[in-house]
Amino acid sequence: MEIVMSVAIGLLFMAAVYLMLSKSLIRIIIGTGLLSHGAHLLLLTMGGLGGTAPPVVADGVTVSDYADPLPQALILTAIVISFAVTSFFLVLAYRAYQELGTDNMELLRGTEDYE
Amino acid sequence: MSLVFLIFIPILAALFIPLLFKRLGQIHTGWFVLLVPAALFLYYATRLPSVMEGGTYVSELSWIPSLDIAFVAYLDGLSLLFTLLITGIGALVVLYSIFYLDKHREQLHNFYVYLLIFMSAMLGVVQSDHLITLYLFWELTSISSFLLIAYWYTRDRSRFGALKSMMITVFGGLMMLGGFVLLSIMGGTYSIRELIAQAPELAQHDFFIWALVLVLLGAFTKSAQFPFYIWLPDAMEAPTPVSAYLHSATMVKAGIYLVARLTPVFALSEVWMWLVAGVGLFTMVWASFFALKQKDLKGILAFSTVSQLGLIMSLLGVGAAAYHVEGAADTYLKYAAFAAIFHLINHATFKGSLFMIAGIIDHETGTRDIRKLGGLMSLMPVSFTVALIGSLSMAGLPPFNGFLSKEMFLTAMLSLQEFNMFSMDVWWVLFPIIAWIGSVFTFIYSLYFVFHTFAGKHQPEELPKQAHEAPIGMLISPVFLAALVVLIFFIPNLIGDWLVKPAVAAIQPFLYDSPQNVDIHVSAWHGFNTELFMTLGIFAIGGLMFWTLRKWQHLYDVYPDSISLNRLYDEMMLLSYGGANRFSRIYMTGFIRSYLVYMFSFMTFIVLLTLFLNEAFQIDFSNLAPIGVYEIVILLALVGATLTILGSKSRLTAIIALGAVGYSVALLFVIFRAPDLALTQLVIETISVALFLLAFYHLPQISRKEERMKFRFGNALVALGVGVTMTLVALSAHSQKSLPSISEFYKETVYKEAGGGNIVNVILVDYRGFDTLFEIAVLGIAGIGIITMIRLRLTKKEGQHENK
Amino acid sequence: MRTNDVMLQTATKVVTFIILMFAVHIFFAGHYTPGGGFVGGLLTASAIVLLMLAFDIPTVKKIIPINYVVLSAVGLLIAIATASASIVFDVPFFTHAYDYFDLPLFGETSLHSALLFDIGVYLVVVGVTMTIIQTIGEDE
Repeated sequence: MEIVMSVAIGLLFMAAVYLMLSKSLIRIIIGTGLLSHGAHLLLLTMGGLGGTAPPVVADGVTVSDYADPLPQALILTAIVISFAVTSFFLVLAYRAYQELGTDNMELLRGTEDYE
Repeated sequence: MSLVFLIFIPILAALFIPLLFKRLGQIHTGWFVLLVPAALFLYYATRLPSVMEGGTYVSELSWIPSLDIAFVAYLDGLSLLFTLLITGIGALVVLYSIFYLDKHREQLHNFYVYLLIFMSAMLGVVQSDHLITLYLFWELTSISSFLLIAYWYTRDRSRFGALKSMMITVFGGLMMLGGFVLLSIMGGTYSIRELIAQAPELAQHDFFIWALVLVLLGAFTKSAQFPFYIWLPDAMEAPTPVSAYLHSATMVKAGIYLVARLTPVFALSEVWMWLVAGVGLFTMVWASFFALKQKDLKGILAFSTVSQLGLIMSLLGVGAAAYHVEGAADTYLKYAAFAAIFHLINHATFKGSLFMIAGIIDHETGTRDIRKLGGLMSLMPVSFTVALIGSLSMAGLPPFNGFLSKEMFLTAMLSLQEFNMFSMDVWWVLFPIIAWIGSVFTFIYSLYFVFHTFAGKHQPEELPKQAHEAPIGMLISPVFLAALVVLIFFIPNLIGDWLVKPAVAAIQPFLYDSPQNVDIHVSAWHGFNTELFMTLGIFAIGGLMFWTLRKWQHLYDVYPDSISLNRLYDEMMLLSYGGANRFSRIYMTGFIRSYLVYMFSFMTFIVLLTLFLNEAFQIDFSNLAPIGVYEIVILLALVGATLTILGSKSRLTAIIALGAVGYSVALLFVIFRAPDLALTQLVIETISVALFLLAFYHLPQISRKEERMKFRFGNALVALGVGVTMTLVALSAHSQKSLPSISEFYKETVYKEAGGGNIVNVILVDYRGFDTLFEIAVLGIAGIGIITMIRLRLTKKEGQHENK
Repeated sequence: MRTNDVMLQTATKVVTFIILMFAVHIFFAGHYTPGGGFVGGLLTASAIVLLMLAFDIPTVKKIIPINYVVLSAVGLLIAIATASASIVFDVPFFTHAYDYFDLPLFGETSLHSALLFDIGVYLVVVGVTMTIIQTIGEDE
């Protein structure tokens, strides 16, 4: 399973990077969204997909075979952060569009006459 | 109350300042601030009697125990003296500032917050026994000084001066940190007291000389010694209370403090003695010479401060020589350290009052240009009296305290003849001669300051304002300091017993084991000796040269500006700006795509290289989870949705496909037994799609230009590289675990020690609560950022910059 | 064109409360079973978002007159205060404590200082999510 997952993760990253390198602002944002999905799955796979029980100690009885809780905790924070970052990007994108009238990254260069 | 806590009182008080300023704006915020240094001064003063007997206080607050870093407040004679100076002068300066800064026009909350931060930082510097926290406070003084100099931040000169002081003092601070680290490596401890105890062993170490030079760089930059003094004249752009407080009485004396504090460690080295005494003396004569070139009242005072700091520094250097002389406590060398501390106190009194007078003149006449001033004697009689007392004390005339310490300074310089190491029998003569020349110029600029301002012809047409005497409140502090100047002349031995001797005992523990053993008696008259004739010579030659000042002062204009140290600093700054700019222009194209390509390529390269070098790429097929039908179906959906995004013609499709990817991930979480993640991901995905659709409303309509993205080979290559790298990382990370996972610990302790069942949530709120704390902070920041972008409408407006 | 929202609005009135109840449940249960501050906060936020979809933002603002920026600030303060409270008890920063209590109505219950921290997290999540959505929604 891990090998299949690894390939899927690679695919997600590939698509994400390809989108992020495009000209359109909205594609870049979608790319970052995909990137965070890829990262979450990567973390999960790194910890191992084995484990037959969710990492919850029910009534103080510890089962030996839990899924690894640490990557899960890391991913949980990452999910919420990536939501905040994505929404920040979205607002940045449409404010830039409103102010500058384009979402084409080729035109949104800042350095040409910058002193 | 714990001493460590007391250090932080000003910073804690600073928290309330903005509130007080906003709510109680009709009362000058300074009145509240005044309570802090005044109360601290009174409290610390109660420690005097026992410290006078040689008692010390230590209090410790652990900060980063794993790195052995702690706040250690250590109060002995030396640190108590500085503490009293900081709080005492601080109280006077705050009182003065209440009348100096207008409560309606000035941003008092900024000013007092910076000032209180500085107060804490400075208390920390002089009380810390721990080198690392000492460094921390040291840099905090630089930062608060930066903020205070740039207080009138709309002025170009203020910002320039602030940056200059920051560049130079922080450079020195970093050097000093290097010295501290070397010291701790040599001694195996961060505690100054413990380092002093093992000083003889340290001196044998290879690093010793490096540590010495680096620490001195820190001290010299902070205390404005040659050639680093150039920041101090530019720092005069700060409001005058700040100049009086930071740049004359306290912060610039931090370097002096450091040298005094570390004298017991470094005095074993002759290099220390020569460097401190030589640089100090050279600074003294150089700055006193150039003080006469200045046209700005505060400029004169700045150079005079540099010169006086040099004087104190050189005395400390000579004081260190006492270590090398047998029975130094019986020779005249003993006077050096005493004179250094005594002059430090005297300098704080007379220079503080002079700065305040310069501020009053600026405030009441509208200018500080000495060429426009003159004849203010009859208009501002009180200010004149204070200025006269301060100047004459600085010049070294009786009956003012400056006379006493100036005499001792000459005594100490002459005493170098007792120090006959390195066949010094000829060269020591240079020291008294240079000291004498410096004193002559000190005499001249003191008279220049007071008489060119208050005597001569009044030129009302040159002044922006009608000159008149300052309000009474503004005069309290300078008059008080001037009274001290006179008072100390008559009771020098009281000051000596209470303040100076405990400090001297701390500087020279190798001579005295308690303050009572410091056998020094100050007297104004000690017969016809060399010092007296030197002083008379200073008065005679100095008076003559002052008389003819107008005839030779223009000689200063001959000195070309192009080879000054300021020019060197400017050129270096320009070079670094220009060089950095040219260099970054090479790769900063302005396209985000270029930057992403750099980052991704470099990341791929580094990761692959690491994998290759460590031979980390192995796949372990033994411990795999079984492949299930559900997983494959979901993964297929995920891949399908991803491909849809890549190939989609419309944004709507792309967004819906992104949602599909998100939900597939959530389902994967369900399968891989992560219920918390699945829940969170489901809700987040729902809100995200709603958000995308909301934002979509504002984005451009789908136009025909929005056709399929053109396939780009370069992009695809980079993307492929990243994808393959990530697959490899995922495989090898899973296949080899070089360290046991900490999860086992969590699993074992979660129920018994953390009292929870859901390990993931317990990790979030308990085991790794710090991460969560910062994470919600980031969330908050993102929220604020969005509000800023939408509500505040930060659009580009022309001509908004004040300095265009 | 005026759309007919009656069905949506009626359903929302009921569903919102179910979601809110579930959010509260999942928040408090989080220490022992799946859930916690993050999920609870997000669920609460989604309930409010549902209200906003069914009605409109001004109406919802009238029903729930909360300044969400302040809410997130309060949450952050609670979190930091809980974390630093341990200093007062002379244990390292972020040390949590818990004990079992016999409460009326609930029976034996364990009370955690970690729950206080989680309340902070909950408030920040609700506050920030709603801030984002409300700000974007109100933007003309």
